Amino acid sequence: MALIQYLFKQNPMKYIYDIQQLMSNKNLMLVYEGEFTQEITKSVLSMTERNLESVGEENNIKRKVFNVMVECLQNICKHADSNENITEDKGAVFMIGREDGNYVITSGNFIGNDHVPKLKEKLTHINSLDKEGLKSYYKELIKNSELSDKGGAGLGFVDIARKSGSKLEFDFERINDQYSFFSFKTKISKED
Amino acid sequence: MQVIHLEGTEDTPKVMLDKGTGIFEISGRSLPEDAAEFYSPILNWLGEYAKAANPKTDFVVKLEYFNTASSKLILDTLSKLEGIPNTTVVWYHYEDDEDMQEAGQEFAELVDVPFEFKVY
Repeated sequence: MALIQYLFKQNPMKYIYDIQQLMSNKNLMLVYEGEFTQEITKSVLSMTERNLESVGEENNIKRKVFNVMVECLQNICKHADSNENITEDKGAVFMIGREDGNYVITSGNFIGNDHVPKLKEKLTHINSLDKEGLKSYYKELIKNSELSDKGGAGLGFVDIARKSGSKLEFDFERINDQYSFFSFKTKISKED
Repeated sequence: MQVIHLEGTEDTPKVMLDKGTGIFEISGRSLPEDAAEFYSPILNWLGEYAKAANPKTDFVVKLEYFNTASSKLILDTLSKLEGIPNTTVVWYHYEDDEDMQEAGQEFAELVDVPFEFKVY
């Protein structure tokens, strides 16, 4: 290891090795950074599906992973549209990996500071609910949301909590006066 | 009445609405970016159909996956069936897909239409 580090010390291409090592150590199957669109969502989904199929993953786990991925990716897509005030660092990141027998789906994107309290409150509320509580919250939201709002009534996060069966992990890192970086993590247990 | 026949894609379901043959079916995957836009012709069609429905209507939902944006529109679609006499929603799910079965049960609680559950 020491020799490798020495050889790479002044190497401008070392970042490639660093990324390979990071992905390998973190068991990351897929990392995507950049612009998020429906086309990108479809590509990321089909790549992950093929990956899960090639390792012979169980159908119900595959479906849950797929489900959580769709909601995460479409959340970022939807959010990117309403984020015109953020001019720099508009990119977002999406990752899926394995950790201690779980699939771990993570995403990160910039959001306006003014949106932070409401989102934090929503996620905290979801985490305070048990299985039955989540079910009735979901039904309440679906009944009362408007047809025109493209499902943006926060159903996505509730659905992620229900399908994953685990608490939502999140963090808001304040970047400057205008915006913060929202990190979001969901675990899907491979044992039911 | 005009027939709606849409082939399924990676992110939209196959849709068949045919009064003549009595086939009413949504199947496959539903995760369009704009679910409201996708479901709008379906809702309009069902609105028209309700005015002069067949004596019996079996509305088949055979979805493998749908996103939350679609779930609201699926609820609106099923709500259109309320009040049409002799209507049943036939909700299919894979045997090992409890989430899809539960989703069907929740829709059954939300709309006033009888549901029949089938495994495929």
